[in-house]
Amino acid sequence: MSDIVISVHNLTKRFGNFTAVDHITFDVQRGEIFGFLGANGAGKTTAMRMLCGLSYPTSGSGNVAGFDIMHEGEQIKRHIGYMSQRFSLYNELTVSENINLFAGIYGLSKKETTKRATQLLERLNLHSERNTLVKSLPLGWKQKLSFSIATIHNPEVVFLDEPTGGVDPVTRRQFWEMIYETANNGTTIFVTTHYMDEAEYCSRVSIMVDGEIRALDTPTNLKQKFNAMTMDDVFRTLARGAKRGE
Amino acid sequence: MKRNFLSFVKKESLHILRDKRTMLVVMFIPIVLMILFGFAISTEVNNINIAVVAPNRTDGVTDAVNRLAANEYFTFKGYINQDEIDIQLRSGKVGAVVIFTPDYDKRVAQIFGGLPSTPAIQLIVDASNVNIAGAATAYLQSVLLGTASQQSMFETRMLFNPQMKSAYNFVPGLMGLIFILVCAMMTSVSIVREKEVGTMEVLLVSPVRPVKIIFAKMIPYFVISCIVLTIILLLAHFLLDVPMSGGIGGIVTISLIYLALSLSLGLFISTITSTQVAALLISAVVLMMPILMFSGLLFPIENLPKFFQVVSNIVPARWYIDATRKLMIQGVSILAVWKECIILIGMTIMLLVVSLKKFNDKLE
Repeated sequence: MSDIVISVHNLTKRFGNFTAVDHITFDVQRGEIFGFLGANGAGKTTAMRMLCGLSYPTSGSGNVAGFDIMHEGEQIKRHIGYMSQRFSLYNELTVSENINLFAGIYGLSKKETTKRATQLLERLNLHSERNTLVKSLPLGWKQKLSFSIATIHNPEVVFLDEPTGGVDPVTRRQFWEMIYETANNGTTIFVTTHYMDEAEYCSRVSIMVDGEIRALDTPTNLKQKFNAMTMDDVFRTLARGAKRGE
Repeated sequence: MKRNFLSFVKKESLHILRDKRTMLVVMFIPIVLMILFGFAISTEVNNINIAVVAPNRTDGVTDAVNRLAANEYFTFKGYINQDEIDIQLRSGKVGAVVIFTPDYDKRVAQIFGGLPSTPAIQLIVDASNVNIAGAATAYLQSVLLGTASQQSMFETRMLFNPQMKSAYNFVPGLMGLIFILVCAMMTSVSIVREKEVGTMEVLLVSPVRPVKIIFAKMIPYFVISCIVLTIILLLAHFLLDVPMSGGIGGIVTISLIYLALSLSLGLFISTITSTQVAALLISAVVLMMPILMFSGLLFPIENLPKFFQVVSNIVPARWYIDATRKLMIQGVSILAVWKECIILIGMTIMLLVVSLKKFNDKLE
């Protein structure tokens, strides 16, 4: 079924006089890789936090994985995965311990945990490193591990908040291959980024400027519409009018 | 959902065990403090150097001097002349000089015969340290009076701590300090560290309830604190000879209440700070100072100005130290300190409620 996994209507968040997110409306289909773009301070992270149940919207409504973001935050949390732009694993724990911890947090049974852990380590080629402390892994590996752990409970949606910050292009490419694989298995990916080349990989892209969504379409359509060669040009055209500085 | 709680406890314990340096500090500080306060730092007055001026060394005088020399609080430095007194005191060679009048025997006889007389002995004491001077004078008077007559107007008994050992006084105070240090500081820093590093965000997005996160964090620290408690009690009893006369049960009970209170305090600090440095500062400055000043650890509460006496009521350590002293030294049962217990439990509940309210699952 081609159902809608995330549906947001006029979602707004105000901090005092400042409107961080201003009446945004969009839908995300199952299995989509939905790129959520915008300059720093455009309101991406705030919008994402509302979807994850980390903060309440000031007004507007939204549904994630079939649950209302205002009243069913606890249910949403069971059905989503989350990877923050800051590092989301425990440095002082080993690879295995991190896996077991998060499997435990999401209530996976012991048997299930062992199975998933083996799969995961094999897929990442980390089997020999399973007893290494996470802090001594290279950044690229950490991020791949972090993503795998965020999806360990087979969530319906994974929220990735600038997952590839500070990683070299080759690792970023590998990371995106993992994202594709996960999306092909039916998990919806909701990803924020400010690397415009990554925007090209997304099924659809929304561009936020000053708390509003200024454009939302497939990368190809957007480039046509704005008569641009790359997503970078599209973004520049849109962001030129931004009032908020960094 | 019991499993996710257990995975949390395990994770937290691993964190603590891996951080060897912190572990060492936590185990080491109590031991060092106990030994330091038990042996090195002491308010007892020992080894006061004494010189004697005695123009006429009659039997009565030598008898008195021998008694002084035999007393463990004094070290007899020998006889000196009248004109040396000032130099000896000024140079710090002696702390007190005892001057016998030439007709000492006669005057003593007059005094005890009930006849009018001028004083028989003059004491000159170096009062640059008030505590030492006060204690020295009292000791000297009692020892010298004893030579003159076995009879005395008073019979004094020092109850509970007959040897006036200062360790008896310090051990409960130190316990009040150490547990706050270990529990409050460590829990607050560990929670705030997760906020700072960003892992707290991930935990809050997970289906685990914040209450569980918090209790899972507290359990390992509680276990550590219990180990520290055991170490302290063993050291206090076997090394410093502190009598646990009220029974070990009462002491452990009130200590466990106090541990819970300290953990809640740590939790509270973590809800009002967002950096590890701030959490450390608050634990160190905001918690340590009142404990040192207003808990009766260093100064008796009765000696504080009225205003600070009132302030001391909100310092948890005050109640704990008070109760522990009664339990350890006076040997009363836990029932005699019910008031302190209730106050401590009340404070714990209040802190827990406030912090759990503040520590909600929303970031903003």
